Amino acid sequence: MGAKRRFKVWRGDETGGDLKDYEVEVNEGEVVLDVIHRLQATQTPDLACRWNCKAGKCGSCSMEINGTPRLGCMTRMSTFTEDETVTVTPLRTFPVIRDLVTDVSFNYEKARQTPAFAPPVGVPPGQYRMQQVDVERSQEFRKCIECFLCQNTCHVVRDHEENKRAFAGPRYFIRAAELDMHPLDAKEDRKEYAQASMGMGYCNITKCCTEVCPEHIKITDNAIIPMKERVVDRRYDPLVWLGRKIFRRDQLDGAGQAAGTPSLVGARTEGSEVEQHHGLNWHREIPPPQAAPVDETGRLPISEITADRAGGPSPFGDDQTFPLPPEGLNYAHPERD
Amino acid sequence: MTTTATRPGARARAAIAAKTLRTDRWWLAPLITVIGLGGWVAYATVRVFMHKWYWVEDFHYLTPFYSPCITDRCVPEAAHFGTYLPGWWIIPEAAFSLPFLLLFRLTCYYYRKAYYRAFWMSPPACAVPDGHKTYGGETRFPLIFQNAHRYAFYAAGIISLINTYDAILAFHSPDGFGFGLGNVILVGNVVMLWAYTISCHSCRHIIGGRLKHFSKHPMRYRAWTFVSKLNARHMQLAWITLGTLALTDFYVMAVSAGWFSDLRFIN
Repeated sequence: MGAKRRFKVWRGDETGGDLKDYEVEVNEGEVVLDVIHRLQATQTPDLACRWNCKAGKCGSCSMEINGTPRLGCMTRMSTFTEDETVTVTPLRTFPVIRDLVTDVSFNYEKARQTPAFAPPVGVPPGQYRMQQVDVERSQEFRKCIECFLCQNTCHVVRDHEENKRAFAGPRYFIRAAELDMHPLDAKEDRKEYAQASMGMGYCNITKCCTEVCPEHIKITDNAIIPMKERVVDRRYDPLVWLGRKIFRRDQLDGAGQAAGTPSLVGARTEGSEVEQHHGLNWHREIPPPQAAPVDETGRLPISEITADRAGGPSPFGDDQTFPLPPEGLNYAHPERD
Repeated sequence: MTTTATRPGARARAAIAAKTLRTDRWWLAPLITVIGLGGWVAYATVRVFMHKWYWVEDFHYLTPFYSPCITDRCVPEAAHFGTYLPGWWIIPEAAFSLPFLLLFRLTCYYYRKAYYRAFWMSPPACAVPDGHKTYGGETRFPLIFQNAHRYAFYAAGIISLINTYDAILAFHSPDGFGFGLGNVILVGNVVMLWAYTISCHSCRHIIGGRLKHFSKHPMRYRAWTFVSKLNARHMQLAWITLGTLALTDFYVMAVSAGWFSDLRFIN
């Protein structure tokens, strides 16, 4: 049986609320999320809290503990003194749904606006080859668990709601940096996009995103500042411009990438005799893709709650049924002859 | 079905009365920054407009605050690069280098964090409210010029070369070669200045960060790795160089004014 500790937990919804006092038992080795669960089990069965893995890997239990944005499951009770009152509140930057649960759809909207990976031209899927040194910078940003603590702590949107429209936030700056540094991403204008459409100029490098990141991603040093510098390359630095012009680096880079990549299209047309023999037809007419179920803004619903059907839309189109009819497939059985 | 609101329209944030619920001493770091930077700027301003005690004739020590010395007031031995400017009191002896050094530190990605937090309160600490009603960041004039950090870096590189030259010339005594405590301080200062300059985020970008394929540029990748290691210490180096600059200047001033004499190891 552990000692009783004092807690203040914010209770309420979008119409209002305040901090409520609780005394809860705390045992050795427990984290704040354990205490929230004990509160639910013993005193406040209606306390709302979002959680999943309890291991700091799902990013669900983001909350503010003693005013600092943290994961509930990664905040040990042993970091507080025994007579300390621990205050737990929901994330301030996002609209509250109830108690500790907030509506983080701002982040999903920003995610949708961020341009996706652009496949390299002339390299078929399955033929992607990367060297580890080239891809390791991008890999750091793949550690992101999307807890949105950085988005929550960033004062650009935390203290200035009006900036939400123009500012994508640190999580999407690391996404932009991840793709811009990716060795196979073909999109060239990510820097310009980050500056013009993601509001990277709003960031004033005060590094709170890095401070709160539970995955210890160096968001500012490794993503935002390099992206800012890449924008400077393109927009503000005449020396770089001169260097590109004199040494023609702009052309070298492109040439290096395109050389030596086999064209799959050519290889397929050559085998037309084989195709006929096996009853294959690579030029079979493909049924037109079904239009996506977009809403009046031209976008997919952000979550199932706002969608008009259960489950997510099928990536193959909702009118596609499985198994596919065999006569429409290009498959030659190796032992059929 | 649950009736809690997740529908568009319900967009209110949690109504938490306290501006911040942080219980740790979040104000300590900005306070130290204010005291540290404020004290240093005050010292540097006084020294720059003192116009004396910047040159030790016997040992050729020249303080970095007066290098390169280019006004009419400069003693001829200290003016390695000629004297181009009139000796009006408002013109510092190092009128060529000081503005660029100021710009280099002012636009530095570390100092930006430090003074935006400590002096501009935007924000004073993480999860502590911004002290301003509106916020445009570095999107427009004048803060958009923070993007000029790279030019200041180029200039700081040239000035570091000049400081290195000064430190080498200082191995001097009236008999020829000489070596004293002042040389240790001057060389230590130059080494730290190079470390600070090279650890700059702009340098990290130029040296290799801008590449997409490290595997095609193995030498630049190694250089980038080295700069990245230094870059992780950029904040420490920023403060260390403030310390070494002030110490070097004070030592030269004290020896020049005759408050104490230089500890000589050779000659």
